[in-house]
Amino acid sequence: MQNPVLFELAREGRGSRHLPDLVTSEEKILASIPPSSLRKSPLRLPEIAELDLARHLERLTDRNHYIEKDLYPLGSCTMKYNPKLHEKLASHPLISGLHPGLPDEEVQGAIQLLVELEECLQAITGMDDVTLQPAAGAHGEFTSMRMIEAYYRDRGESRTKVITPDSAHGTNPASIMRVGWTPVEAPHNERGEVDLEALGKLVDGSTAALMLTLPNTLGLFETQLPKIVEIVHSAGAQMYLDGANLNALLGFVRPGDVGFDVMHINVHKTFSTPHGGGGPGAGPVGVKKHLTPYLPSPRPVKSGDVYHWDRDLPDSIGPVHSHFGNFGILLRAFAYIRHHGSDGLREVQRHAILNANYLMKRIADSFPPAFDRTPMHEFVSSAARYRDRGIRAGDIGKRLLDFGFYAPTIAFPLIVKEALMIEPTETESPETLDRFADAMNQIAAEIESDPEMVKTAPHNTPVKRVNDSLASRKPILRWPDDAPTD
Amino acid sequence: MRIPEDLKYTREHEWLLMEEGTVTYGITDFAQSELGDIVFVELPEVGDAVTVNDTSGTIEAVKTVADIFSPVSGHVIEVNERLVDDPDLVNRDPYGEGWMIKVEVEDPPELVDLLSADEYNGLIEQEQANS
Amino acid sequence: MTYIPHTDKDRRDMLKVLGVDRIDDLMSDIPEEVKLKGDLPLPPALSQEEVERKIGRIARDCLGGALADAFLGGGIYDHYIPPLVAGTLSRPEFYSAYTPYQAEVSQGSLQATFEFQSLLCRLTDMPLANASMYDGATAFAEGIWMAAAEAKGKSRVLVSETLHPRYRKVLETHIGSGPLTIVTVPMDKSGRTDQVALEAMIDSNTAVVAVQNPNYFGHIEELTSIGEMAHQGGAFFLEVFEPLSLAVLQTPGEAGVDIAVGEGQTLGCTMSYGGPLLGLFTCTERFLRKMPGRLAGLTEDSEGTRAFTLALQTREQHIRRGKATSNICTNQALLSVAALVHLASLGPQGLRQAALLTQERALLLRHELEKGGASFPFDTPFFREFAVRLPDGAYRDLREGGIIPGIPLAPDYPEYQDAYLVAVTERKTRPEIMRYADRVRDYLRTRSRETHAESGTV
Repeated sequence: MQNPVLFELAREGRGSRHLPDLVTSEEKILASIPPSSLRKSPLRLPEIAELDLARHLERLTDRNHYIEKDLYPLGSCTMKYNPKLHEKLASHPLISGLHPGLPDEEVQGAIQLLVELEECLQAITGMDDVTLQPAAGAHGEFTSMRMIEAYYRDRGESRTKVITPDSAHGTNPASIMRVGWTPVEAPHNERGEVDLEALGKLVDGSTAALMLTLPNTLGLFETQLPKIVEIVHSAGAQMYLDGANLNALLGFVRPGDVGFDVMHINVHKTFSTPHGGGGPGAGPVGVKKHLTPYLPSPRPVKSGDVYHWDRDLPDSIGPVHSHFGNFGILLRAFAYIRHHGSDGLREVQRHAILNANYLMKRIADSFPPAFDRTPMHEFVSSAARYRDRGIRAGDIGKRLLDFGFYAPTIAFPLIVKEALMIEPTETESPETLDRFADAMNQIAAEIESDPEMVKTAPHNTPVKRVNDSLASRKPILRWPDDAPTD
Repeated sequence: MRIPEDLKYTREHEWLLMEEGTVTYGITDFAQSELGDIVFVELPEVGDAVTVNDTSGTIEAVKTVADIFSPVSGHVIEVNERLVDDPDLVNRDPYGEGWMIKVEVEDPPELVDLLSADEYNGLIEQEQANS
Repeated sequence: MTYIPHTDKDRRDMLKVLGVDRIDDLMSDIPEEVKLKGDLPLPPALSQEEVERKIGRIARDCLGGALADAFLGGGIYDHYIPPLVAGTLSRPEFYSAYTPYQAEVSQGSLQATFEFQSLLCRLTDMPLANASMYDGATAFAEGIWMAAAEAKGKSRVLVSETLHPRYRKVLETHIGSGPLTIVTVPMDKSGRTDQVALEAMIDSNTAVVAVQNPNYFGHIEELTSIGEMAHQGGAFFLEVFEPLSLAVLQTPGEAGVDIAVGEGQTLGCTMSYGGPLLGLFTCTERFLRKMPGRLAGLTEDSEGTRAFTLALQTREQHIRRGKATSNICTNQALLSVAALVHLASLGPQGLRQAALLTQERALLLRHELEKGGASFPFDTPFFREFAVRLPDGAYRDLREGGIIPGIPLAPDYPEYQDAYLVAVTERKTRPEIMRYADRVRDYLRTRSRETHAESGTV
């Protein structure tokens, strides 16, 4: 059945009264604005009764997958449970109503929270200083590139090349391009790690940084890390950590202790702030001392017992956000970290790894891992063996939807054919993992017995397989203007 | 997988039709099936110079982008305008209505290494074995 | 641990399947030298109840800010939010969902995004809107970036001095020392873009002209003539807009704008100490394949039923990587749902009423301040926000009365040392407005009496 669109529910003259009447008159108010600067076109917003709108939204919620419904096995996305406590705290009326322009003395608690969160993130990462301004991971990457650029400019060095492994997230090369630098790909070896010999040849005096994800996007720890650091540092370049997989390092490896100079943190992954259907997130950046002067302005500081914003930062790259970053998101991350403490975070890390290994083993006969190694918090299996039956990794993902699960990350990393990248996270119980593994194994059996069932999946979802090609060939990106509003 | 005998092929999965002083090229049946539904083709303009091994355009599938490599140096004399509105011609008829670019070649022609239909078939078999 | 479900038995059973004795055995191939010895230097863990208490204390330490009569704006405004917005945002179906890459089980998010895009297009009279950006400042930077990329080879970016100073700084950070040059177009005495200066500044190397409306001072810019100037010079015209104001003000589409970006916080988002916010990004058709960010599109499923999906993904970083139109990955999806519910709840009448009430009350405060003897750096048509001169003593007196009178202009515009940017929304009641005006009047009267008295003794 076709789900109605908002505009189809509207009837002219409907709507509810939210606001008081004017004291004067519309004409008098509008006389304050030059006629040529007034809106001429009709404001064609839909008019809908509140109950009809509420039901419309209810229908939309029925048509979404979400964590409370069932597992999100998305590799690299760390779809762990979002504690209800966080939602309650973030909507605290004394906090959600704070204007960012309030004088520091009126918002001591808010600045204190940010200072303490920075300290927590320093403790967890081993970095010397942190900025909370970037609104997302890719924003953190960009911010970091600008800081590295400023650092080299101060030293009179021009470096224009940044190396990424061939398994890197797409944001890495895109962020590098944003500062006008050149991304260069380093190949992997047969163990799924950075090929040291090739890396050694790529790194030179024009290299600004190596952007590394750890564990890498195959879920594998770079066991040659000390040598990688040595190669990069001996060329005077920076070690950058893409912190997407920080969940696997919590309390186990501190990036700042093992040679990383700068890193970003995806709080919507590691620290369980909700993904919100695609955002908002937050992407704090941690740096070692030599990069501190370049952090975005302003910075929250504590002097004595007083918290304030330090705006006197002459070497800063400048601000990267309209205000201080995604405060409401950062607050949730703070609550998560304070609830866990050191032992708790270590348990998060250990159980994330336990769950990934367990799940990989449970499906290994049907979907062999791309690299025969012990993974950390996620693993990449391959569906390449089903290719000759006409089944691609994407088909398996679609069939999983019929079992009530979301699909794994498909066709990434690019270096694995028919990749299924799976990250169960620590908040899933073994029963859930077993149900998921059973579904995967059943799909493998179906590919033998009834491949059409898989090829044409999904069958039990709100809509059947969606025609992505049509949406890109003939893009319709808004409800047509000439469609009636009532 | 169709590989017409009368065409030449490249390692980048493109086909070439060589005529007197011109080369017409597009992507192979294998390439279009690997890419999946093609949703947009960006072509050069008539008159543009193309250089061997440089990109002369891009092909967008739903979740992939591929470069169109120029197998030859020369000047573009014609592009397949129909692909603007009907990019799926490349999926339906890669060697015919899905052709992409026609180039007037320099003399002597500067070309990439060309494969025969047999050799190209071997290349595909090799790539599939590696997967 | 609260959120880890495993029992001792679970762990034993799982380790048995894996053929190892301890979880740490799974990490045995990691070099010892990189492993952390000891604990993370974090404060002790708190129970959920204690976390709530801790955040409660932090909130109380913001009481002054939360309870003050703040007349603050500068891009973030305290507007009415219909209750259905909070009700919707508290639904895990929206907040705990992932980016809708699997369209078949993400129709809720995708349709909401499509409807958001549609509403934004209608509000702005622009043909294209994306699924949102981080915030107004980064949407602005992305807009400039896109304009410059499309104006191949041109490198001059003209930005009005009346455009939000913070946005201009964020733009500088984004552009860095790259090939583009940002040139500031001065403002005239009225606190608007100096059009005479602008006309002289536009040259054949100018990629884009950017202004804000209402501008940082709340003043209404002459968009049509600025746009004509930009286009005559062969440059794109970018407007930073504020969505609520478009219920009454000339739209970007009407003004011939090529790229219109802005902060969407006023559409149902709490101020939340400045984040998360909602970056709005709209443009004309020519930029379709150059736009940053996600786009939801209308399509159908294999049975021909209407469905929604992410369209034109090849522009994005996860596919085009280094050649993407932007490095943007995250958008502010949840807040675009807030905007959708906000606009649909209020409807055209409600949104217009919010804008008119806002203006009515802003005019009231301006009028009462004037009556009380206050002076103003500008006398220019404004919306919602205007600048007033407040001597230090008056500012202190207002603060003592629990009023935050406005944002000081001096840090960004040193020539306006004693001026404050005052914002009034429909949430400010008449008594609150009168209290502000009366305190200023009383202060000025007292001071003028004292001045007279002092001069009398000489």
